[in-house]
Amino acid sequence: MNDALVVICLLLVAASATAAVAVRDPERQALVLAVLGLSLAVLFTVFQAPDVALSQLAVGSVLTPLLVLLSVRKVRRGAGPKTRRGTGPDRGGRDRTRPDAGPQPPGGRGGRDGATG
Amino acid sequence: MSRRLRMLLLALGGAGFAALFAAACLELPHFGAARHPYGERAVHAALARHTANVVSAVNFDQRAFDTLGEESILFAAVLGTVVLLRQTRGERQVRPEPVAVARPVRRYSLVMVPVALLTGLYVVAHGQLSPGGGFQGGVVVATALHLLYIGVDYQALERIRPVGGYEVGDAAGEAAYLVLGAAGLLGGSAFLANTLLPYGTFNTIPSGGTVPLLNAAIGMEVACAVVVLLARFLDQAVEIVDGSGE
Repeated sequence: MNDALVVICLLLVAASATAAVAVRDPERQALVLAVLGLSLAVLFTVFQAPDVALSQLAVGSVLTPLLVLLSVRKVRRGAGPKTRRGTGPDRGGRDRTRPDAGPQPPGGRGGRDGATG
Repeated sequence: MSRRLRMLLLALGGAGFAALFAAACLELPHFGAARHPYGERAVHAALARHTANVVSAVNFDQRAFDTLGEESILFAAVLGTVVLLRQTRGERQVRPEPVAVARPVRRYSLVMVPVALLTGLYVVAHGQLSPGGGFQGGVVVATALHLLYIGVDYQALERIRPVGGYEVGDAAGEAAYLVLGAAGLLGGSAFLANTLLPYGTFNTIPSGGTVPLLNAAIGMEVACAVVVLLARFLDQAVEIVDGSGE
């Protein structure tokens, strides 16, 4: 009985971890990351490690996805009105994210560092 | 370094790691076995010092020095965030507009703020007795405050969250841990040794010697650190814009 539970939990973790890697849109990735944190917390509880499960729940499924979402929001805002217009009807999930998350910063972060340093 | 050489280096490192990891796994005690040599000793040591939650005894008594390291990592990480995410030249602060919040969301989050805060404080206070402790409870307390952002708006959150105060609290929590450690040294034994205070009655809040105090210091440090961390991220996401943009 217990072994079956462990196997189910492990499969759940493996599935959500794979999904977290496979999903390419950072917003959705944050949500999948939260699910991964939750399934890890369940796994740790099944392993009788409630302390670790609590940490995992607090950090893995609340704090980390929140920080990811806030960073995504900042990057999109920083990209300015150009992207917002490009956001268009389908909220531009997949096409938009990569240029935003990747090489976009030079205009924002990189230039700023030069100004301050 | 050419691409080929890099891949070769990666393959070499990966193979070495795989070999050593497999060798190490073969020597591990069997999964779910009845005997745990380390666990038995840890439980024995925890019970000898009247700490009901053995994990807390490991964290704040037997391995208190490790916890100091972990706490300092969080402290340094938050310090780095504060420095990196400051408002720089060419950026300005924009007051976020108050937005309408759906009524059920507002009601639910306002009801949940005190419940979540109390849960977090309970988890911190009972760290030496039941699962949880300063770290877990601290994160719960810090995130509970942010329900106000969901339920009301950013200005409401800023009103109950003077970041300066939480920065001081973060440093004070870190310092309290060090001072408690030094007190053990001055009290005649070793740094962070749990020999200073009476161990108390088993399974009551003041039991465990210095464990509840170190636990509370961690709780304060973590709660304040997470508030400061989220404040910096939120400022960037909500308030600070490039001078040229928007």
